[in-house]
Amino acid sequence: MLSINNITKLYPSRTGNAPTIALDNVSFKINGKEFVSIVGKSGAGKTTLLKLILAEEKPSKGQIFFDDLNIHEIKRSQLPKLRQRIGTVFQDYKLFPSKTTYENVAYIMEAMGASEQEIKRDVPQILEIVGLLNRADNFPNELSGGEKQRAAIARALIHRPDIILADEPFGNLDPYHTFDIIKLLIKIYELGTTVILATHDKEVINSLGKRVITLDSGKVIRDEERGRFIL
Amino acid sequence: MFTSLRRVIKTGWRGFRRNIGLSLATILIMVMVISLATLLFLLSPVSDILITDIKEKVDISVYFKEDVLSEDILEVETEILKIPEVKDVEYVSKEQALEKFIERHKDDPVLMESLTEVGANPFLASLNIRAWEVSQYEQVTNFLETSPFRSLIDKVDYHQRKPVIDKVFSMVSGFYKIGIFFSIVFAVVAVLIAFNTIRIAIYNSGEEISIMRLVGASNWFVRGPFLIQGIIIGFIAALITLLISFGLCYGFDNKIKAIAPEISIYSIFVSNFFLLFLIQLATGIGLGVISSYVAVRKYLKI
Ligand SMILES: Nc1ncnc2c1ncn2[C@@H]1O[C@H](COP(=O)(O)OP(=O)(O)O)[C@@H](O)[C@H]1O
Ligand SMILES: [Mg+2]
Repeated sequence: MLSINNITKLYPSRTGNAPTIALDNVSFKINGKEFVSIVGKSGAGKTTLLKLILAEEKPSKGQIFFDDLNIHEIKRSQLPKLRQRIGTVFQDYKLFPSKTTYENVAYIMEAMGASEQEIKRDVPQILEIVGLLNRADNFPNELSGGEKQRAAIARALIHRPDIILADEPFGNLDPYHTFDIIKLLIKIYELGTTVILATHDKEVINSLGKRVITLDSGKVIRDEERGRFIL
Repeated sequence: MFTSLRRVIKTGWRGFRRNIGLSLATILIMVMVISLATLLFLLSPVSDILITDIKEKVDISVYFKEDVLSEDILEVETEILKIPEVKDVEYVSKEQALEKFIERHKDDPVLMESLTEVGANPFLASLNIRAWEVSQYEQVTNFLETSPFRSLIDKVDYHQRKPVIDKVFSMVSGFYKIGIFFSIVFAVVAVLIAFNTIRIAIYNSGEEISIMRLVGASNWFVRGPFLIQGIIIGFIAALITLLISFGLCYGFDNKIKAIAPEISIYSIFVSNFFLLFLIQLATGIGLGVISSYVAVRKYLKI
């Protein structure tokens, strides 16, 4: 369902130095539903890879296919349809600052044309699951780091996407909530959703026992079923 | 589709309320733009009235010598009426000229006294000629001065009055042009300020717009609420301007009439009410929507 073909990503330097090579000839395939972890040191290129999959950035070389769709070739007006099939937990959350937690989560359902009943039914449910029901009417700047992160997770899951891109979703969570969110991601995966999890959390990876792709300085150095966190 | 539209409107309204300070500032700027549009709109009938009015007042008088008989003058009148440039001709006899003078100056003892001193009627019989166009007086005067009955004519007052007529005309059209010029300059400046205000307002939402795109909202769903805010702001600004312009036209009607009796700014306002409101709405909403559209566009490129 997702095919990354020889992706290279250079970030041009503003000062005229050599460009940063964020990804270097990266290729892998994800067939059907899978739980894939992307691991690597900070700066290895994890976030860049997820940005390319979301078509937030364009690759310098290579293509990414979503089913049969070359996502960097399609028209910009086609992107919303594609992105509605993806749920993203951004590393920096990217919550809407002027919307409440409830509105943040409800937004994508509204954009997709869900009915009011569906929204009223689903949003409190997912807020309950991530433990934010009592923060529904607060704005992001009134939430703690962990609460923001959980709001971002709720927003990524609410519309039942085909793929979840989770960029360090535990960065700000205590072990208790980390465990909960892992359980949630696994459950969603078991219900038929592909999960791509970028993390540098060793314990989480080792407890998962699922496919692990290891990035180092933009290169794939390991891609193993039932992988472990080795750097 | 309908759900989306309702949501877009609701979100737009909410955005308007949550940013009420900025919304009000934008409305204020917009009121200035629409006021200038209104001024331009009202200025053109006013200047039309002024110009026709002055045109109406311009005429030339042909004075006949003391001993010319009124039958002869009436004959000349028929001849003059045959000139295509002439609109109408009015005969003023010696007696009528005297009456008019007395009527006009009856409160001026000095003039009345000097009139009694003269004893006899000092006025000459005349024909007041009005042409269709001010520019045609030249030709009419030439005709009179070369005609067979020029021996009856004492004088034609066109030559004395020509400089005055020309001056008044160039002044009125000059004022009008200057007025139009400044209104347009101000309007352009105001439009730019309004556009920039909206751009700054949307700049605050720039990051949010990009996030909306990233989570999969379509361009129209993102843009819609901002366009709605533009419409709301434009509509309120148009309404405020309508009230202000109504108030001013109503309040200053008498004052303006005192200076220029032919101009009723209030009746111009009333008779053009719908067109005027339409122009105000179009200016306000058009500016609001176009500015929002342009300002949002750059954040949608993700
Ligand atoms: N917008 C950018 N402009 C320039 N360099 C960038 C940009 N984003 C990321 N980089 C660089 O690309 C490399 C990979 O970054 P990133 O994908 O964020 O790594 P990770 O998420 O694994 O920590 C880093 O060296 C980072 O400094
Ligand atoms: Mg990262």
